[in-house]
Amino acid sequence: MSVARQEPCIVGVGQSEFTRWGGIQDRSQFQITAEAICAALRDAGLSASDVDGFASFSNDANEGPLMQVALGVPVIRWSSMVWGGGGGGSIAALAQACAAVEAGHANVVVVYRGLCQGQGRRFGRFSTGRTQGNFVNPFGLFAPPQMLALLVRRFMHLYPITEEHLSEVVLNARANANRNPRAVMYARTLSREQYFQARWIAEPLRLYDCCLETDGACAVVVTTRERANDLSAQAVDILAVAHGSGPDWGTGPLGSHNMPDDDYASTNSKRFTRDLFARAGVSPREIDVAQIYDHFSGLTLMALEDYGFCGRGESGDFISRGRIRWPDGELPLNTSGGQLSEAYVHGMNLLIEGVRQLRGESTSQVPNARTCLVTGGLGVSPTSGTILGRRQ
Amino acid sequence: MSFFPDEMPRPEPDRDDQGFWEACAQRRLCFQACGACGALRHPPRPICYRCHSVETKWVEAPSPAVVYTFCVVHHPNHPAVASRVPYVVGVVEFPSLPGVRLVTNITDIAHSAVRIGMPVSIWWDDIGGGMFVPRFRPAAPSDA
Ligand SMILES: [Zn+2]
Repeated sequence: MSVARQEPCIVGVGQSEFTRWGGIQDRSQFQITAEAICAALRDAGLSASDVDGFASFSNDANEGPLMQVALGVPVIRWSSMVWGGGGGGSIAALAQACAAVEAGHANVVVVYRGLCQGQGRRFGRFSTGRTQGNFVNPFGLFAPPQMLALLVRRFMHLYPITEEHLSEVVLNARANANRNPRAVMYARTLSREQYFQARWIAEPLRLYDCCLETDGACAVVVTTRERANDLSAQAVDILAVAHGSGPDWGTGPLGSHNMPDDDYASTNSKRFTRDLFARAGVSPREIDVAQIYDHFSGLTLMALEDYGFCGRGESGDFISRGRIRWPDGELPLNTSGGQLSEAYVHGMNLLIEGVRQLRGESTSQVPNARTCLVTGGLGVSPTSGTILGRRQ
Repeated sequence: MSFFPDEMPRPEPDRDDQGFWEACAQRRLCFQACGACGALRHPPRPICYRCHSVETKWVEAPSPAVVYTFCVVHHPNHPAVASRVPYVVGVVEFPSLPGVRLVTNITDIAHSAVRIGMPVSIWWDDIGGGMFVPRFRPAAPSDA
């Protein structure tokens, strides 16, 4: 069927090394981003002259028009940036690439993000120019850990979610990172006692509930199934992709917190998750492995609910008894170590890990994984998610 | 002495929110409402989400407010608060003003005693230069 041949897939992934923030000093952020794109193209068996589109998000400073010049890409037919800060747009940028290749605007679109917090600003610090800054800065609400702690507090007030549940998200991520040599926290174990003894950042979030601040870059190459069939690289199908937002989230957690009451303690994803699964033709029970954005442990729990793995307020119970643990859990979660323990590249490293799982290349490989959910950033606007699959 | 040191970032009113801060300078907490249909909204913005009128009016908030959620900030991510941590950032709402909440501070209480749902009363923090910032403390029994 000719329609199916236009269906989008990922044919290449590439990344720089990941380090703690400030760890990459010998090369610019732009350079490591360009290198990640070249690595992804090599992985796909493509060259810069095959590329005809770029998509990114979160005001990525490594602009596509400059990347075209740097890499010698002769013609660009697709160039897009998703609105919104943080990682909410990571999978939305993937959605742009899918739209481009499905509709025939372009044939090979690279989705990428480069983020050296040692060269730009640290996201855990005060910054000027924040949207609605007048309504947060004079009150000492300066940065995402504090802003999202407000959601987690209400979540724990409304539902039986405990510190033990937060710790399970964190300890699971670290255990996975300890098997992943790429992870910044590969060589550093974390015990339950260390988790609880760590200092508060913004109660109810402790130090290890908050993602890393790192340097790194990631890229994935999206093309059609038809083109992928001509390449030697193992293609991963994008079964469905979605992004969006409910009302009032644009000035929400990172602003003045006026989201709807019935939506407040959530990830701002539930309006598209049902459609996402329907379009992919799978149910949450049929997901073999998941990479769920983990900037803050409590939001990862909320996402399990918003994506339909369990009911409202049931995520704490859901993750108990080893359900998210590799290798025996029903839903191994964040198998690279995620952003709590691998690296914080605004979710792009989660997308790469999703591809590794379906290619059988993860360091915490789920045997014969055929479906993987990957989400973008949570609790911002827009948010986004995709279901990757291995069809053959 | 204001609640935070003088180096604390101050409100920098712009075209859209200057009405809010002009009221604060008079120690009045006013939320923006549509001048045509009356829909309340916060933060201030130049058009009504319901009827698209650009007419605005200001509605004074009653006291007490109620704590909707809060966090206790321990890690100072701005130099101005290094001597102030831990402090409580709260989100408060007003039962008679549906749809608007305010980010503020909950003061004059042990941070371990703050609870969601507790009534809190406004106090005006003089941050100098003729500007006052609204913060909240536990409501006296007579207020609640
Ligand atoms: Zn109106």
